[in-house]
Amino acid sequence: MSATNRIDARFAELRAAGRAGLIPFLTAGDPDPAWTEPTMHALVEAGADLIELGVPFSDPMADGPVIQRASERALAKGVGLRRVLGMVREFRTRDAATPIVLMGYLNPIEIFGLGRFAEAAREAGVDGVLLVDAPVEEAGPLRETLARERIQQIFMAAPTTRAERLARVAQAASGFLYYVSFAGITGADRITLGDVEGRIRELRAATAVPLAVGFGVKEPAQSAAIAAFADAVVIGSALVERLAEASDEADAVARAKAFLAPHRAALDAARSARAA
Amino acid sequence: MSAVEPLKPAVDSSAWPDARGHFGPYGGAYVAETLMEPLRELAEAYARFRQDADALAELDRDLAHYVGRPSPIYHAERLSREVGGAQILLKREDLNHTGAHKINNTMGQAILARRMGKTRIIAETGAGQHGVASATVAARLGLECVVYMGATDVERQAINVFRMKLLGATVVPVESGSKTLKDALNEALRDWVTNVHDTFYIIGSVAGPHPYPTIVRDFNAVVGREARRQMLEAYGRLPDALVACVGGGSNAIGLFHPFLNDAGVAMYGAEAAGSGIASGQHAASLVAGRPGVLHGNRTYVLCDDDGQIIETHSVSAGLDYPGVGPEHAWLKDTGRATYVGVTDDECMAAFHQLARTEGILAALETSHAVAQATKLARELPKDKLVLVNLSGRGDKDVATIARREGITL
Repeated sequence: MSATNRIDARFAELRAAGRAGLIPFLTAGDPDPAWTEPTMHALVEAGADLIELGVPFSDPMADGPVIQRASERALAKGVGLRRVLGMVREFRTRDAATPIVLMGYLNPIEIFGLGRFAEAAREAGVDGVLLVDAPVEEAGPLRETLARERIQQIFMAAPTTRAERLARVAQAASGFLYYVSFAGITGADRITLGDVEGRIRELRAATAVPLAVGFGVKEPAQSAAIAAFADAVVIGSALVERLAEASDEADAVARAKAFLAPHRAALDAARSARAA
Repeated sequence: MSAVEPLKPAVDSSAWPDARGHFGPYGGAYVAETLMEPLRELAEAYARFRQDADALAELDRDLAHYVGRPSPIYHAERLSREVGGAQILLKREDLNHTGAHKINNTMGQAILARRMGKTRIIAETGAGQHGVASATVAARLGLECVVYMGATDVERQAINVFRMKLLGATVVPVESGSKTLKDALNEALRDWVTNVHDTFYIIGSVAGPHPYPTIVRDFNAVVGREARRQMLEAYGRLPDALVACVGGGSNAIGLFHPFLNDAGVAMYGAEAAGSGIASGQHAASLVAGRPGVLHGNRTYVLCDDDGQIIETHSVSAGLDYPGVGPEHAWLKDTGRATYVGVTDDECMAAFHQLARTEGILAALETSHAVAQATKLARELPKDKLVLVNLSGRGDKDVATIARREGITL
């Protein structure tokens, strides 16, 4: 890996090309552990710029029913942090460029051991870590340990985040800042694009890192609308829901492509319309 | 554990938690970003509440006239004689309205909620005691109440579910995960993150993110404050040992906290050892768990080597929880309190012994503390005083006990 993190490199490329980033999320191991890595490649082929890979956890308190069930299914198949790292290692043998962010909860990493995890994650080819239950106040030791291995900790901002906290989050942010589009759990139907746009403008003033918007994005039209003011769109539950019904590996791959390609097209159309 | 081990030195309990809710390395606020601001607001509102003579007077009035405080300390003479050692004293929290210590906390939090302008309260419950206590105070204060309860617990605790409904609450069965208390807590957090503008989350134990462990402790500390005064009045001295059961640990911290700086008072927390620690079928987070992060705080948790929280087992639903309050984690590490496991069988034996010798049906949670108290008393001379938090009454458990003993009601 070069001195520049893959995440920074990818956002620099996107900015240079005037494109908006597309970040699909999938739960590692769901619906079948053997399909995850081929599905990740399929997402890249269909236009993913970065992949968020969900680490299954027994108590996903910030997730809605779709990702809860995906986690339960993956856990039932024995997929935990160690196997997720194995999937990333396998992915890297065929893709050296697409950044991977692990998304999950703190306890599995705590139990793995911060230092050991950071090393193992770097060796596997992980570029960023987003932990829902590690806000900036509690992230100190983790952030430093990850930074030693050149892994970026991704932080979130929410509709409830006030200006003084936002300054603290913005200062800690690396890679990109994930803006949670509404107060709620993943996959809910609560997104109001006007509110999100206003908040993204405030965030711009507070930080130079790229801004991604996630939670509740389902339709390509929503992606397109978000591309008008944000640097990237994160799509999770809607994709996880499609993948859950896959009958075999080829079907999972086909579903991933069929789901993501329209979002890619919508993002690119929105940006070229703006350029014109 | 030995009853003759040297007493722990006094500690300065005013040194914790710090401003962000840490008890040594434990506690803190490990939650989604969306909840950070609501938690800050709650901490501020609570700090104002503590300084508000009006609010405190309202709480005192309700504790006296609605809950029925103070609860007495009762000398269990026949039990003590049968055990044949130290004198066993019972702090009768089972005599509170709704039959347990839980209402000390829900009364306080509901008054706080109303003063914050919240119109809707939510709660999680395992056995249903905290759910009933929340539904009760919601009715008392005219607030809407939604209680999350694991689907497995809804089945096991049908009477309490009906009690909550009679009190006007909505009970939502939680179908995710292991369908027990921990999943109810997850679901309550999901509700709160979604409805935080008008909703107050009444957490039932000293768990959850800061400031909850402190709030719940403070509202339950009325138990220890009263007990300390009552002991000095009735016996002219403090007890030699305190004993309480520990699931999340709210009744234990409520009794322990006002005594923490009293060097001569030993403290024992009885965790649910279920079928035995070695069996793996237990809920003894402090005795057999390891430091981790669950439900918004760093504490001892029961999890596997992959960091997944494991399902717990106890005959008492109220102790069936894979975490524990962060202050207990700190009291364990500092050596100020001692935590031991009490098995289902020991709990049942203690339940029957107390019923037979004193005419008191204790809750199965509480019976763990009674079991530990009899073990301790047996090793101590007759002039020593062991004070047990008799945290709840056992009426809710009679069906469980009948089932366990193969009796059809």
